Amino acid sequence: MSNNLDVAETQLLKPTGLTSAQVESLLGTLCDRTLDLGVLYFQHSRAESWALEDGIVKDGSFSVDRGVGVRAVSGEKTGFAYADDITLAAITSAATAARSIARQGGNHTVQAFKRNEAIQRYAPADPISSISDQTKVALLRDIDSVARAENPAVKEVNVRMSASHEVIMVMASDGTFSSDIRPLVRLDVSVIVEKDGRRERGSSGAGGRRDLSGFNIEWASGIAREAVRTALVNLDAIDAPAGPMTVVLGSGWPGVLLHEAVGHGLEGDNNRKGTSSFSGLIGQQIASPLCTVVDDGTLTGRRGSLNVDDEGTATSETVLIENGILTGYLQDKLNARLMNTRSTGNARRQSYACLPMPRMTNTFMRAGQHDPGEIISSVKKGVYAVNFGGGQVDTTSGKFVFSATEAYLIENGRVTAPIKGATLIGTGPEVMKKISMVGNDLALDDGIGVCGKDGQSVPVGVGQPTLKVDEITLGGTQTGH
Amino acid sequence: MVTKDGNPAVGIDLRESEGALKQLVARILDEAKTVGASSAEVSVSQDHGLSVSVRKGEVENIEFNQDRGFGITLYIGDRKGVASTSDSNDASIKETVARAANIARYTEPDKCNGLADADRMPQSMPDLDLYHPWPITPDDAAELAKRCEAAGLGFDKRISNTEGAQTSTQAACRVYGNSHGFVGSYISTRHGLSCLLIAEDAKGMQRDYWYTVDRLPGRLQAAEEVGLEAARRTIARLSPRKVPTGRFPVVFSPQMATGLIGHLLGAISGGALYRKASFLLDSLGSNVASSHLSLSEQPHLVQAIGSASFDGDGVATTDKAFIEQGIVKNYLLSTYSARKLGMSSTGNAGGVHNLIVSGKVCKTQDLLGLAGTGLYVTELMGQGVNGVTGDYSRGASGFWIESGELSFPVDEITIAGNLKDIYRDIVCIGDDPDLRSNIRAPSILIGSMTLAGS
Repeated sequence: MSNNLDVAETQLLKPTGLTSAQVESLLGTLCDRTLDLGVLYFQHSRAESWALEDGIVKDGSFSVDRGVGVRAVSGEKTGFAYADDITLAAITSAATAARSIARQGGNHTVQAFKRNEAIQRYAPADPISSISDQTKVALLRDIDSVARAENPAVKEVNVRMSASHEVIMVMASDGTFSSDIRPLVRLDVSVIVEKDGRRERGSSGAGGRRDLSGFNIEWASGIAREAVRTALVNLDAIDAPAGPMTVVLGSGWPGVLLHEAVGHGLEGDNNRKGTSSFSGLIGQQIASPLCTVVDDGTLTGRRGSLNVDDEGTATSETVLIENGILTGYLQDKLNARLMNTRSTGNARRQSYACLPMPRMTNTFMRAGQHDPGEIISSVKKGVYAVNFGGGQVDTTSGKFVFSATEAYLIENGRVTAPIKGATLIGTGPEVMKKISMVGNDLALDDGIGVCGKDGQSVPVGVGQPTLKVDEITLGGTQTGH
Repeated sequence: MVTKDGNPAVGIDLRESEGALKQLVARILDEAKTVGASSAEVSVSQDHGLSVSVRKGEVENIEFNQDRGFGITLYIGDRKGVASTSDSNDASIKETVARAANIARYTEPDKCNGLADADRMPQSMPDLDLYHPWPITPDDAAELAKRCEAAGLGFDKRISNTEGAQTSTQAACRVYGNSHGFVGSYISTRHGLSCLLIAEDAKGMQRDYWYTVDRLPGRLQAAEEVGLEAARRTIARLSPRKVPTGRFPVVFSPQMATGLIGHLLGAISGGALYRKASFLLDSLGSNVASSHLSLSEQPHLVQAIGSASFDGDGVATTDKAFIEQGIVKNYLLSTYSARKLGMSSTGNAGGVHNLIVSGKVCKTQDLLGLAGTGLYVTELMGQGVNGVTGDYSRGASGFWIESGELSFPVDEITIAGNLKDIYRDIVCIGDDPDLRSNIRAPSILIGSMTLAGS
């Protein structure tokens, strides 16, 4: 079996007639200035999606994106250009533009390439061709039938199946020569239910870095039923209360709390610049002692996982918060060098046409001691939020929000009426200190998270056990509760 | 104008590329015919640009971008297939068109599919005058950003840090063609300057920003003004307070009102309507907002950010009203969504073009006076908007209004309500529309919303 680097070289360079020796010499030219790092990032990605609506598979699309990004780094400065042709002429032109960042002559030596074969966290399979187009179309129709059969209130069903296959290769003046072959698949089901003149939407989805062979109707039916269930719950929802209250967050996807409340604030760029509310706090208590939060890009087949990051560094498990103490930041090469530390393998970019930044992979809180039932029964009056849409954070002030899409009142230790979707708002460092119980039921999300930063989207994972936050503001409409 | 290691894209004149891109469209449409498509439509784009950011007076990033790609939608009978690529060599054209055709063999027939009717294409192309290249060197772009940031940093000693300032210039050519024989194109530029600053006091750090954007480089706000405005806005946010939970009047700043108007346009858009995913189903001709609100579009304004002579389906754009004194006059329809609803396209495939908000206008100061005691919202966070029910709950920050004046900064609160009620509760709109945006919203006063705070 050939390794990833051979496959990447064959796929990215061979059709263009380029050799790795030519690329090495090009890097030499790029780096005849006072550069700290010269990087070439080759990428070839293919994506396909199929969508069902009104009971028929009416949309299908396919896209191919190929190109090379050239980055020249000198101190805190970065020059960047890219080409959507992988040809020597186009790369040379991009390199000429990128190195304009460095002015004076120098003689940075290009290190000999070290072929780096990272541990494989997922098979390099091409998911697009893993099942036939006929099978894909038939599956979508079957999912539609399952959702409609679930309840007569179901009026509209939308199903989308997406698969992509990305081959990347990184060659850098520090000797990096790595590649990654990244499959990514997801299935999304969304329904609209209508009863007594009231309409609601419910959605569910799942995916990861694998092929489509597990996408069968037995598996997909669970997703369809979950979409219908959440829609039906919301049909009966009452207005949510407004103001500060105790909130119990369910396990799994509600871990978006950690992504927003601490994850973004612990990215190396914000902390190198001193613009994060967590800047300069390493070694200090920033969360309740019950909290241990990690970012782990090495989990098998997870949506946020990578074999190597987009600078060719092997991904790792980074402990961000241990028993409430801030222990680490997420780093790429540039920020690690400027902060005198090492890259944690968290450099990510949306494509060859974007600059990499420190980003999260799979971010979650480790399990605690409490039984989830015990956590709920400890709350006299509050809210139990089990599913969320997205979130957002201002890393400078630490303010963050995340929006509940399925939540219930807790009254006298019991989960009672469902409440309408509402936004929760808090300040990261304050909310993390108000976590008073952590469940023993750690779960990761189902694999459909997308993280946006500076206009770039990357797939991520989140997770957590059931948590109790003693006080956070809930943005409902009912005052005076 | 070109430095030795200059922008590889400088020197590209898109007026000269337009012809070649039109030929490319014709070549792709021919290929579609070859693979058996009964009809097809193609979009080709070519973009290039430069963006230079500085931080603390030093250059941080110099980024050059240059893209070219195409997308094809082809139909085999009533079946549809879509494919796109960043490659436009002959092999890629063949492969991409074949991919689209293959998809069209597996999708199912839908009578609403197909090109827009030929008589809906524009008969002539108005000159919208959108192309005004800015031949700026990376050095000069950096200099401009440095002046911008320096003005902000020097404004107040509480400005303690910076995310920097950025100068950017982008040029784009879009060509759309279909098998009716229509081919249309436009070239445009978009330039900008922005600054994001951080201020700190005993209560912690706050950030804010300001930007200017225009199709003409000469119309950008002065660099120093952008930096100063970013600084003023950042300083004003220091030491925010929470306010008590309750119901209060809320004024949306023009920047935030853009989103509020956007949700209304979304709810009367064909895609949401035919999917029954809107809280304003069957609303044509009915009253959905206060009589103080009217919304219309003017797609042919020269040199404007949102101008276009045809939409994503090649359908000619026209001036039209969407909401007149609170009543829905037109939905926003693409060719497909119009057919799904048994109506005809409004030329809004891809959205609106220069949306104008009008109605009962008062001076912004008077608007605050009418609010009396309430919230002036300058930032909203999160995605807490349910398009099916209209339920709205978002994180907010801004300023507390006391006796009709901005009094102190507020944050870590939410505002909530239902959009159906919120639009009916528009008391009046300001005289301060934000012309930088395709949705030119002014500030908007809502009679009352629920605030959740302390």
